Amino acid sequence: MTNHDSGPPAAKAVDLTKVYGAGDTQVVALDGVTVDFIASQFTAIMGPSGSGKSTLMHCMAALDTPTSGQVFIGDVELSALNDKKLTRLRRDRIGFVFQAFNLVPTLTARENITLPLDIAGTRVDRDWFETIISTVGLSDRLKHKPNELSGGQQQRVACARALLSKPEIVFADEPTGNLDSRSGAEVLAFLRRSVREFGQTIVMVTHDPGAAAHADRVLFLGDGRLVDEMIDPTAEKVLERMKGFDAVGTGQVG
Amino acid sequence: MLRATLKSLLARKLRLGMSAFAVVLGVAFVTGSYVFTDTLNRTFSDLFSDLHADVLVRPAAPEGQDSFAALAGTTSVSIPADLVGEIAALPGVADAYGEIESGGVGVLDQDGDIVGVMGGPGLGVGYDPDTFADDSVVTVVDGRGPEGPGEVAIDARTVDKAGLDVGDEVDLVTLGSEPRLSAELVGVLQFGGDDDGLAGATMTAFDMRTAQELFLDGEDAYTIISVIAASDVSAEELRDTVAAVLPDSLEASTGADVDDEMISAVEEGLGFFNTFLLVFAAVALFVGIFMILNTFSILVAQRSREMALLRALGARRSQITRSVMIESFVVGLIGSTLGLAAGLGLARLMQVIFGALGMEFSGSLVLAPRTVIVAFAVGIVVTMVAALAPARRASKVPPVAAMRDDMAITGSSRRNHGLLGGLLTAAGVAAMVAGLADAVPEALLFVGLGILTTFVGVALLAPIISVPLIQVITGWYSAAFGTTGRLARQNAMRNPRRTAATASALMIGLALVSAIAVVGASTKKSIDEALDEGLHADFVITNNTAGEPFSPTVADSARDIAGVDTVTSIRSAFAVVEGSQETITAIEPDAFAVASDFDIVEGSGDLAGGGAVVGDGREDDVAIGDTVTIEMAGASTEVPVIGYYDSDSPLLSGGYIVGFDTFTQVGAPTVDTTVLVIAASGAELGAIETGLTEATAELPMVTVRNHEDYRQSQRDELDQLLNIVYALLGLAILVAILGIVNTLALSVMERTREVGLLRAVGLSRRQLRTTIRLESIAIAVLGAVLGIGLGLGFGISLQRALADEGLASLDVPISQLVVFLVLAAVVGILAAVWPARRAARLNVLRAITTE
Ligand SMILES: Nc1ncnc2c1ncn2[C@@H]1O[C@H](COP(=O)(O)OP(=O)(O)O)[C@@H](O)[C@H]1O
Ligand SMILES: [Mg+2]
Repeated sequence: MTNHDSGPPAAKAVDLTKVYGAGDTQVVALDGVTVDFIASQFTAIMGPSGSGKSTLMHCMAALDTPTSGQVFIGDVELSALNDKKLTRLRRDRIGFVFQAFNLVPTLTARENITLPLDIAGTRVDRDWFETIISTVGLSDRLKHKPNELSGGQQQRVACARALLSKPEIVFADEPTGNLDSRSGAEVLAFLRRSVREFGQTIVMVTHDPGAAAHADRVLFLGDGRLVDEMIDPTAEKVLERMKGFDAVGTGQVG
Repeated sequence: MLRATLKSLLARKLRLGMSAFAVVLGVAFVTGSYVFTDTLNRTFSDLFSDLHADVLVRPAAPEGQDSFAALAGTTSVSIPADLVGEIAALPGVADAYGEIESGGVGVLDQDGDIVGVMGGPGLGVGYDPDTFADDSVVTVVDGRGPEGPGEVAIDARTVDKAGLDVGDEVDLVTLGSEPRLSAELVGVLQFGGDDDGLAGATMTAFDMRTAQELFLDGEDAYTIISVIAASDVSAEELRDTVAAVLPDSLEASTGADVDDEMISAVEEGLGFFNTFLLVFAAVALFVGIFMILNTFSILVAQRSREMALLRALGARRSQITRSVMIESFVVGLIGSTLGLAAGLGLARLMQVIFGALGMEFSGSLVLAPRTVIVAFAVGIVVTMVAALAPARRASKVPPVAAMRDDMAITGSSRRNHGLLGGLLTAAGVAAMVAGLADAVPEALLFVGLGILTTFVGVALLAPIISVPLIQVITGWYSAAFGTTGRLARQNAMRNPRRTAATASALMIGLALVSAIAVVGASTKKSIDEALDEGLHADFVITNNTAGEPFSPTVADSARDIAGVDTVTSIRSAFAVVEGSQETITAIEPDAFAVASDFDIVEGSGDLAGGGAVVGDGREDDVAIGDTVTIEMAGASTEVPVIGYYDSDSPLLSGGYIVGFDTFTQVGAPTVDTTVLVIAASGAELGAIETGLTEATAELPMVTVRNHEDYRQSQRDELDQLLNIVYALLGLAILVAILGIVNTLALSVMERTREVGLLRAVGLSRRQLRTTIRLESIAIAVLGAVLGIGLGLGFGISLQRALADEGLASLDVPISQLVVFLVLAAVVGILAAVWPARRAARLNVLRAITTE
């Protein structure tokens, strides 16, 4: 894929392949994906269920090891790193938001947000913390435990955590998948603001065309391959494109 | 429903397997105890069956004599030789012959040590070529029988162990006037049909005349007459015929009765041993209940979704309860089966260990039906009882929980449990105090049940008190370990009930250990103080096997040593006094009063007149002026009670004390159990000690100790006992440790997602392990704090209650308790090893995507 903006990519995959299982049950989840994620851009990834979106996220975020191909975060190639270095890389340079279960139930919202920094033993940048908290709108909820927060609030706490360590890139796998549309919109607005205002790089998987429309660029995955991309998407254009998938019969959007 | 239950059981093999482990351990111990003692019993009954002739004539056993005393007891009463001819002439008698059997004969090996187990009986017998030829029980298998003084035959196993050969000179020790003998080994004896040996005993045969010299002061007499029935006469008929001609001091019994008597004596002794082991098995099982309860609670909590779904689909509450109970039944069944197998292994192991210690008892293990029934009953009942509470809780999961996301079974009112726990604790303490104060009948039962109830009560209270305690225990975690510490602290507190149940298991073990430590230290201190105040002798000579007698020549040779002022002996023997089994003691009052304390609180202490004194604790039972009947085998003597003595004296037990003459008169053998030596003032103690040691050098079973050594030996003796108890309680602690492992492992599985998340956001494997280790330490230390606290309470109350019975001073062994606390922390670290490794190995991705 070509670069659309100037500057080096925040992360990239080169000929990334991921195969699960062997023999009869073998599944090729990613089939030679090569892609750049441009710094300070909001990239959305779409595709039918089972097309390899989550697998791509996991491989990019150093949570899973590819079968072949390379993954770069900045200019660091992940396959060269041992577990210890990967852990540190995740801690210091990558942020995540999962679809659910993002928070440690025994810790308060504030403790959850500062968790990666606490683990690293790094000082929390107070100004940056305040900025994030006010952006995410959680100032009065910091002392609450996760089970005292709504789903949308929990996801916003997770987003705040992902951003606090100023990672080079944030991966979010269907962060709004479990939320009602209003809560989802809040989370999306926050992610978008962090790209616009703080220059954060974000890659987000979603199956909601409306959510994808917040992105600068949408990548479409199908059967483990990158099948298309769209710059400056709108909800209508995305929906149109997704219908194409249904027509081909690749499966349902999910 | 049953299918669903069994399926979910299979799906959780590992977790349930771990909880079954507690059952396995407990049942193994129960089974092991039974199998081992049954096997020992079988060995002895084989040994004693068909041992005797049709009818035996022996000194008459007094009514009320315990069978163990009959077996161990020696008497100076003998049977005159002419009686043999008289009996042989009776109608129905085919043959009659006299025999001599005595104890206290030790065979020395090349190093001069006595062969055989400590305390294992050393039999000395008289050899008669005629009877030994007919006798199928003992045969000469090598060489020949002894034919005169200076010749002996010894059983094959002892010959083997001592490294002797026929023709060698062999050294022997006896209790008699010639305590050290040397003789030629002329023959090897075999006992029984095969070389099973004597289960630790040794047997030395002298020719009959020599045996009479050694054991019966040279009288032409025997200790037993064996009578063989003519072919048409039954043993019972023969017994009655023989009994008719016997004096009162002798009795006739059939050989079969004597066999049974010996077997039941052994059974009684082993029964005590068995009970002792079973008590520890019970403690381990009790601790196991907590572990099983916890496992089921966690499993139920993890499956609350599944249960809610079943409820939503129409399952009744009772069906849910039943499914958990069935699960526990299966776990109990499997645990018991494995435990039974492990128990057999344990018994075999004990057999090997005993064999290595010199007490061989060969043959296959005895697995009685009773053992199997008890094993399964105990295993299954314990498991199901433990699963009861979790099963009830499971049935309370509302169907709606199936739809909710973060559903946890919220604790059924913790306050109710706290209230119940408080009540039980109070009731338990009250029962214990009542028992200790002897305010109730069956005091011991009250104390035992009181302790048990207190444990349950405190365990119920534990979820409430554990929160502040954990807060204190983990107070330094954050400061020392940062986030890792904080996570560990939160994890230890997030489920107080689970943490408390896990810690309670350890609490029980440690409470018992601490209580024993307190009682042990207090006993040592009390003994020390009593000996400081009440033992004035400079040297004490005793048998290495506590309480066993030795030859009175030891005292005589002590008297000959320069610088020795006073030498006096203590003698003791089993006797039946007023129909009940007692140990009577003989002293020389004047000399004894110099060497130790002998204070008469009322009446007279002049034992020379033939009277007896008794401890002041028994004022209510006997009055001064009463006459008591002291009976030993073949002898019955009336002795007047002339006074009460102060039973606080460290060497006196509080029982009957007589003078030496009376002692001999009632039929007790003239052997010493303790010799006390006082140096002349100004004498060089070192020289006397050397002299005494040299004088007793040829009697390896006797040890000379100075005042301080004697004190130390008393402490060592107690320490040995304490160490055995600690080792057995270790079993309960092992179960508790497994409980911690289990809880942690289950908690880690339960928190799989969370662990994955933490790893995803950058927690290193090492940090993760530290978190789990710190949580484990918190649980273990909580258990230790509760346990040591309770143990202190128990120990101090016990000491208070026993203050009048020799436990006068309280000593709290602080350093030992601190060691327990530190060990508990170490236990925590060890218990966390496996769960931590498991957690660290979790695949981050799999953890996050886990359902
Ligand atoms: N751990 C796994 N083992 C085997 N197959 C897997 C595993 N994870 C994902 N897959 C398969 O890989 C393919 C891609 O999965 P995924 O990346 O989760 O898709 P998406 O997130 O786009 O729905 C699917 O066919 C899925 O079944
Ligand atoms: Mg997915």
